[in-house]
Amino acid sequence: MLIPHPLLGLRDAQEFTYLGDARLIDRPTGGNEAELAEYVYLRDNPAGVHRELWFHEQGDRSWLVVTRNTLTHEILGAELARDVSLARKGDMA
Amino acid sequence: MKRLSGGLIDRSQTIHFTFNGKRYQGHPGDTLASALLANCVQLVGRSFKYHRPRGIVSAGSEEPNALVTLREGARAEPNTRATMAELYDGLVARSQNHVGPLNFDLLAVNDLLSPFFAAGFYYKTFMWPRAFWEKLYEPAIRRAAGLGELSELPDPDAYDRGYLHADLLVVGAGPAGLAAALAAGRAGAKVLLADEDFRLGGRLLAESDQLDGAPAQDWVAAVKAELESLPNVRILTRTVIFGVYDHGVYGAVERVSDHLPTPGGAVRQTLWRIVAKRAVLAAGATERHIPFADNDRPGIMLAGAMRAYANRWATAPGTGAPVAIFTNNDDGHRTALDLMAKGIPVAAVIDARRGVERHGEYRLLPQADVIGTQGRLGLHSLTVRTARGSDTLQVGALGVAGGWNPNVHLASHHRGRPVWDERNLAFVPGQGGPGGLFPAGACAGKGSTAEALADGLRAATEALAELGLTTPALPLPRAEARYDNTAPIWHVPGKRRAWVDFQNDVTVKDIVLAHKENMRPVEHLKRWTTLGMATDQGKTANVTALAVMAELTGKTIPQTGTTIFRPPYTGVSLGVLGGGDTGTHFRPRRLTPTHHWAKANGATFVEVGPWMRAQYFVRPGETHWRQSVDREVLSVRADVGLCDVTTLGKVDVQGADATLFLDRLYANAMASLKVGMVRYGLMLREDGTAYDDGTCARLAEDHYVVTTTTANAGPVYRNMEFARQCLWPELDVQLISTTDAWAQIAVAGPKSRELLSRLVDGFDLSNEAFPFMACAPLTICNGLRARLFRISFSGELAYELAVPARYGHALMARLMEAGADLGATPYGTEALGVLRIEKGHAAGAELNGQTTGQMIGLGKMVSSKKDAIGNIMSRREGLAAEKRLLVGLQPVNAADTVVPGSHLFTQGAPRDLAHDQGWITSAAYSPHVGSSIGLAFLEDGANRMGEVITAANPLQGSEVAVRVVPSHFVDPEGGRLRA
Amino acid sequence: MRFSGFRVFAEALTGHKGWKPLWRDPDPQAEYDVVIVGGGGHGLATAFYLAEVYGIRKVAVLEKGWLGSGNIGRNTTIIRSNYLLPGNQPFYEFSMKLWENLEQSINFNAMVSQRGILNLYHSDAQRDAYRRRGNAMHLTGAGAELLDQAGVRKMYPWLNFDNARFPIKGGLLQRRAGTARHDGVAWGYARAADLRGVDIIQNCEVTGLQIENGRILGVETSRGSIRARKVGVAVAGSTSRVMAQAGLRMPIESHVLQAFVSEGLKPAIDGVITFGAGHFYVSQSDKGGLVFGGDIDGYNSYAQRGNLPVVEDVIEGGMALMPRIGRARLLRSWGGVMDMSMDGSPIIDRTPVDGLYLNAGWCYGGFKATPASGYAFAHLLATDTPHETATAYRLDRFAKGRVIDEKGVGAQPNLH
Repeated sequence: MLIPHPLLGLRDAQEFTYLGDARLIDRPTGGNEAELAEYVYLRDNPAGVHRELWFHEQGDRSWLVVTRNTLTHEILGAELARDVSLARKGDMA
Repeated sequence: MKRLSGGLIDRSQTIHFTFNGKRYQGHPGDTLASALLANCVQLVGRSFKYHRPRGIVSAGSEEPNALVTLREGARAEPNTRATMAELYDGLVARSQNHVGPLNFDLLAVNDLLSPFFAAGFYYKTFMWPRAFWEKLYEPAIRRAAGLGELSELPDPDAYDRGYLHADLLVVGAGPAGLAAALAAGRAGAKVLLADEDFRLGGRLLAESDQLDGAPAQDWVAAVKAELESLPNVRILTRTVIFGVYDHGVYGAVERVSDHLPTPGGAVRQTLWRIVAKRAVLAAGATERHIPFADNDRPGIMLAGAMRAYANRWATAPGTGAPVAIFTNNDDGHRTALDLMAKGIPVAAVIDARRGVERHGEYRLLPQADVIGTQGRLGLHSLTVRTARGSDTLQVGALGVAGGWNPNVHLASHHRGRPVWDERNLAFVPGQGGPGGLFPAGACAGKGSTAEALADGLRAATEALAELGLTTPALPLPRAEARYDNTAPIWHVPGKRRAWVDFQNDVTVKDIVLAHKENMRPVEHLKRWTTLGMATDQGKTANVTALAVMAELTGKTIPQTGTTIFRPPYTGVSLGVLGGGDTGTHFRPRRLTPTHHWAKANGATFVEVGPWMRAQYFVRPGETHWRQSVDREVLSVRADVGLCDVTTLGKVDVQGADATLFLDRLYANAMASLKVGMVRYGLMLREDGTAYDDGTCARLAEDHYVVTTTTANAGPVYRNMEFARQCLWPELDVQLISTTDAWAQIAVAGPKSRELLSRLVDGFDLSNEAFPFMACAPLTICNGLRARLFRISFSGELAYELAVPARYGHALMARLMEAGADLGATPYGTEALGVLRIEKGHAAGAELNGQTTGQMIGLGKMVSSKKDAIGNIMSRREGLAAEKRLLVGLQPVNAADTVVPGSHLFTQGAPRDLAHDQGWITSAAYSPHVGSSIGLAFLEDGANRMGEVITAANPLQGSEVAVRVVPSHFVDPEGGRLRA
Repeated sequence: MRFSGFRVFAEALTGHKGWKPLWRDPDPQAEYDVVIVGGGGHGLATAFYLAEVYGIRKVAVLEKGWLGSGNIGRNTTIIRSNYLLPGNQPFYEFSMKLWENLEQSINFNAMVSQRGILNLYHSDAQRDAYRRRGNAMHLTGAGAELLDQAGVRKMYPWLNFDNARFPIKGGLLQRRAGTARHDGVAWGYARAADLRGVDIIQNCEVTGLQIENGRILGVETSRGSIRARKVGVAVAGSTSRVMAQAGLRMPIESHVLQAFVSEGLKPAIDGVITFGAGHFYVSQSDKGGLVFGGDIDGYNSYAQRGNLPVVEDVIEGGMALMPRIGRARLLRSWGGVMDMSMDGSPIIDRTPVDGLYLNAGWCYGGFKATPASGYAFAHLLATDTPHETATAYRLDRFAKGRVIDEKGVGAQPNLH
């Protein structure tokens, strides 16, 4: 697979380390056990478009949010996770 | 040698080879198969199950029968298709899968017993008595099964891997592929042209047809010359594209040296990972045969292959007796004409269709079937049924033309299913193929040369247009544009066995039985009968089998469906797929800054993850590792020891919000850490489990250095970046891993202060000025930048001294020199382990990802006042209920050994899971205690000090009585640390 | 019809005219006591044990494709009970005992072959961890032996002992472990269940779950709606998709695991070997192919195919461990969808929906569990209480902090 890094262009997926569902960005601050358990353990796991976190470990060490179809592996886009997170925090504020 | 005229072999040179020990001759340009045919060798192997005598069937990688073991000794290469083995001088090949000589295989008895070996028979028997399966039946089956034999010796050849990038990859160098490559080359695109053959031309090499009124080879040569002259085109012959992966990645194997006796200094094969923006699939088509009674005898081959052997290799099967053709299409007639042109007598063309006409001067038997064959080790006659009755033909060979199956494999690797093309009676690539892949030519059902040329050009033009490249007009040569008129005649019904899958001995009868037993879905058919599971993956068998099943079920062929196409397209060696990263190169080897110093000073090394670390240092006279380790341990406890701890992860944390950031990362409070001090830190995973421990040193208001365990250096840094970028991007904090930047040496022991005082540049090391858990940047050795941390893993007065990595070696040497009179002793990981067990410090065996903070006695460290990673989840009921605790164990009998991995039981309790009370994590001989000691997680450990329990090791049949003691065997009050 | 050597003999003499379909192809009935969603190994085994042990025969198994097309149709066929944790070990040992009597109980030769599994270790720490595990195995009667390097060399002298990045120091051997013919297991259970009255309905996709007031009433399928008192879901790989129909989010991700088989070779590898320093495990099938695999690709996927880096990585491991295989050829590789759970262990439990039961989260170890999983799931469906060997496989263990994490890597499915 090739991942379109927003700063570096197409990079081989082998340079990255995968984490999973991009919802892991939305850590419930000061949450209770139940909220955190849901955050840590439950996943949508869609068959189709999936937003997910990849770490450019053998590269510039950016965390990316990659939008990818889990049925076809087609990649629809990639953003810096930092930007995604800041935008979400802005929305929530 | 029996040779016809013409052909693409170099008659000026004669080369020698042996098959089953007998010497033969051939020419450069031959394959092993063509050379065997030229030497009148018909019988080349035995089938998998019935051990039927078999000859060459095809002229390509689809070959099901002619599998040989090529080369000898460590280079022995089982299951090599004779049709793909390029002849070289001195080639040695042997036939496979027979007991006794090839022409008298004792296992041919299986053929006589074949009624008992019908499809799926083994699922129905061998069940009684139970023990007989493993002891008797299965070993016999295993011995009889398999094909070639693997050497026990390591593969001596080298392999390599590489990356290639292209605008357009062209798979296959037949007419479609050459047209595509030429068009793309002229358009200026970066082109890769790959073909599994050693010569460009594809099917053109096998045909007598002309292009623009001249031999096709002239056109091929001209195209080849032009492609070779273009700097933007690279030609890869002997290269199979074996798989299509995501986003335009193609797997390819180039057989660099397989056509040579040995690779010499070169690699044997190269694995290419090709990244192509677009690809044209011009993989051609594979001819299928028509099952009829006893259709598997040596001498019966695909008609198109027979034509290829005559035209390209100037040879023909048999010993000169006439040949016959059995066909359901016009292409079979072309073979007859080509053979006749080469002077081979054609006994008849047996055409299963009605109302067909002759294409030349040969005997035609229309609406006729082959219904039997004779000849045990080679065909000598056929029984033919015509409208007028049956007849016997004396022939030396038979060509079978059952129509052509497009090679849709690569187009189907992404699970897009091929679709049925009624005009050609074949599957062609359907929708949903790999993105950017354009099938063209025969593999897309455009099988005539004229169609293929035009389609190749079309595909390249369309592919390049998507890249914004314009393809200049390419005049194509005039070529044949015939249509085969294939009729849906899939097999000749009869009572005798008619083979569908030659190698795996699957006959029409087996398909009938599968139908009867309701193994009708195509995947059941395949798995029940083993159809298409042989080395050729059913290339010549699958579609025919589907047609037979469709006939039985009354469904259409497309309704019956295909099995899934999966990589590799054709067998590729495991050696090359490993890419050469084997042996000691399997993984990178990281060396510490003092590695060479250690090596020169008697160190034995041990693998610690990617690192090589000094395990212990052998001094003259020491004959057992324990002598060295005990000495090193005692030196640290009595004098001063030196240990390279560079491998511990180091992360530099800076920024205005660094304090807040670290406070959220560590389970224990970090916000209160003062500048110039170090604190032990416990990190949890978000699920509340203990993750990693280390130190956090505050060098300045906004500057920290965090250490991690060796094993977790990478993961902890990754998680810190996750926290920084994903969880709290609003914080002003920056991270960098400095593990490789700083060499760090532990200086441990009562004399460590004295030793360090000899190196520091006027730095006050007194306990008051630089107490336990202090840290500071400083200079040593007259100006060398360094960092000093007063931390201890051993329990002694100790420091860790960091210098830029390039000074690590010199620092070690200087410390040893300066500490010679103090007894300075280097120590390795073994002594490090003993020291930490004596002190009760948790390490990898305790922090194994299944441990809570409470279990290692650090439960109270987990702050309930803040929301750090993992703190809240660590309070879940399952974790809170945890009562196992890290304790020390000492054998009641000092001579006994505490064995890590033993399980703990109350004395006298049954040795079962219900009474399991814990396990021993680590153990060592403690020279300080004078016996073996251990650390263990013990149920309710806090309340069991002094109790004698049993450490059971039933795995090795031992049990030891041990006393539960506190985990600190040395200086439990910590006075030494603070001295 | 009873299968036996005699029957094969008799049929051979009479032209194989007497063989019957291995199972019927019934149309779905309007209602069943139990509907099992998923005609893979676990679903078929569940149906068999429901009928055989618990006497519940009004059972349908609904399969979207062809029976046995789940992960039982593509795996590396290893059976073993060499687990560490008390939540797992008794369950897998129960499974092993069922394997040992499988052929006799289902009258079908699934070729269970106790060839042994050898887990190699390459460091003292790995040895200690294996000793802990081997001892845990002894506590359940699973049996194990700890070999030193000489012991391993005696078994497999051609492993790479002398030129290795991570030298082999020894291994943990379970002799009772081995392999079984994966398709045969599916077919054997299917045939035995069918003979006991279970309806196995192929080409029947479940498109919806009928739930009213928190209780299951039946399923919607591509072949009409079917009422059921109880519905058991055993669709590893697709668990999240099916359970989403009940509005439930799962502690599961779907990942792709690739596996590989070489061309047929004469016997070269007796038992199962796993490499402790790379991701590689291998055995040789009765047909002669080297069957091997390694890690999952590591990203969420339902594509049933993987990518080249993992192919290279797995085979690198193979070559590093056994350099003799370099001249064998890869015949076929394939990818399957794995139900990767958040702690690497399975779930066999009730769900918040009354009458809806879940069997899921098998990661890439579901094959060896097939008999016990079927048995325990049948027990749960029949009695509403967990089977004694499967009490830890609860759905709420994540929220409650009672995870069963053999690898100790936490809530990251691609690391299990």
